[in-house]
Amino acid sequence: MLGFIGSRILQAIPVLLVVGFIAFALFDYVGDPVNILLGQDHTEAQRLALIKQLGLDQPFFVQYGRFLWTALHGNFGISYRLAQPVSGLIAERLPATLELAITASVLAFAIGVPMGVYTGIHRNTALSRLFMTVSLVGVSLPTFLLGILLILLFSVWLGWLPSFGRGPVVHVGGWWTTGFTSWAGIRSLILPAITLGLFQMTLIMRLVRAEMLEVLRTDYIKFARARGLTNRAINFGHALKNTLVPVITVIGLQFGGIVAFSLVTETVFQWPGMGLLLVQSVAVADIPVMSAYLLLIALVFVLINLVVDLLYYAVDPRLRARR
Amino acid sequence: MLGRAWNSDLGYSFRTSPVALVSTAIALILIIAAVFAPVLAPHDPMDVASLSLMDSMKPPVGMADADWSNPLGTDNQGRDVLSAIMYGMRVSLLVGFFSVLFAIVVGIAIGLLAGYAGGIIDAVLMRVADVQLTFPSILTALLVDGVITAALPRTMRESLQIYVIIFAIGISLWPNFARTVRGSTLVERNKDYVMAARVIGVPSWRIMLSHVLPNVVGPVMVIGTLGLGLAIIGEATLSFLGVGLPPTQPSLGTLIRLGDDFLFSGQWWVTVFPGVALILMVLAINLLGDWLRDALNPRLR
Repeated sequence: MLGFIGSRILQAIPVLLVVGFIAFALFDYVGDPVNILLGQDHTEAQRLALIKQLGLDQPFFVQYGRFLWTALHGNFGISYRLAQPVSGLIAERLPATLELAITASVLAFAIGVPMGVYTGIHRNTALSRLFMTVSLVGVSLPTFLLGILLILLFSVWLGWLPSFGRGPVVHVGGWWTTGFTSWAGIRSLILPAITLGLFQMTLIMRLVRAEMLEVLRTDYIKFARARGLTNRAINFGHALKNTLVPVITVIGLQFGGIVAFSLVTETVFQWPGMGLLLVQSVAVADIPVMSAYLLLIALVFVLINLVVDLLYYAVDPRLRARR
Repeated sequence: MLGRAWNSDLGYSFRTSPVALVSTAIALILIIAAVFAPVLAPHDPMDVASLSLMDSMKPPVGMADADWSNPLGTDNQGRDVLSAIMYGMRVSLLVGFFSVLFAIVVGIAIGLLAGYAGGIIDAVLMRVADVQLTFPSILTALLVDGVITAALPRTMRESLQIYVIIFAIGISLWPNFARTVRGSTLVERNKDYVMAARVIGVPSWRIMLSHVLPNVVGPVMVIGTLGLGLAIIGEATLSFLGVGLPPTQPSLGTLIRLGDDFLFSGQWWVTVFPGVALILMVLAINLLGDWLRDALNPRLR
């Protein structure tokens, strides 16, 4: 078990190094910090002194090493746009994004799995066809447009739910902020979470349906029927359980996707998270924020992959037996 | 040629599938409206001189104070929404088409190479594709777009933006094609006709291009159709985020972003109609792609 985790972590290191390299290359090739800092009037001696002071005269790999070292210590430089340390900017916005992403995932899972099971068992009922049509629309509907239409319906026309921001937030344990403590905060979360979760929900539903159809055809299900087990025991005890491995993979991998994809939802709802920060930074080529975001997302993906692998281990006994 | 296509298996499946016929009809109408926009559109939205603030924010037909000269209403500058949509679809389709073309060319080249060469080349190329596939394509496109824009001199940014977007979206889609082509290539390369070609001394590049390539076209067509939907959504999303095409060259996404500001003052038509056009376009393309996949691969049904 420990060896398994160890090998997974070892595999993750090259990925992080490569992403770190890309993030560093962004710094190195895009824009010239010396010119930006010096402005118009300067002597050659001043320029050389600044280059030496910033360490830009060092060999490439020394600079790359230093970049990784400072990044490991949580220092990603200063944002060009906001003139504040990037690490602080991201830490401030991380809770908002994670709260949104987790709510959206829970929503997608809680609705997508039952819908998938239903459409898998009852293939040709009217309700199944309705679910399948809805899921096709869900795949074709761009996230930002869904957000706009939801705002139009629930905020502008009906006036039920707020259309932007997080509502009142409460500080918890130093740096974490949460909107869950007040009704207004939860209300602000509803529309963004639906917007972000709908695509994942349709994906989960289609996947569970396809897996259910596959599993229900197998011999052990036929045998379970021959033994006279109830439909309930067969569908949920035998079939659903065996569809879980691919479903967990996809949900796990999709969580990284949700965190990254939240940049669209956050822009539509002006949600003060990391995604909105990234979009604002891309628009003005704020390289430090972009490279920090890239590294952070890579880290999130690697961690999620690790968790997914561990979950496999828990769900599928065959994997444990093989080792 | 046309007659042969009509009577082929694919043609038969097409003629008898209502979904395929309806979505083709919708797609054709939208494409014709887009391509012939300069002729068909009731107004020229690019002609600033013809705009009049007196006509601004006219509602669509069916509401009070509307008339048929602007069937879908006008925006805050008096621009006809229907005409703006037709011109916007031109840009969206153009960017979508060329991004997918770019992704297909890159994907086929890398997929053929990886599948045919095998070994370390295959391992490295597919590893790169896997890593990229774990990131959502919109994030890749956004970052590529941001980096290239930052590297360009400020004065050239606006004029080159459309190429940057095509490149960024194309790059975000290539792994899908490369993986499929590689998979099909692996199957084809061990078949007898490839062996036979090798025996009579046909060079590798020729086997790849004139023997293997034609046999992997089917799956590429399916992914290409679905990819066109993705590319159009991708471009619209980038433009909505404000890092896509400039307002001087508005695509559907740009129109939606500009119209978004008027949602709260009640002028919903400025943003909803371009949105509906976008949904119709993507839905028609996705349905066609789904049909094509089922038609080419009867086992999946």
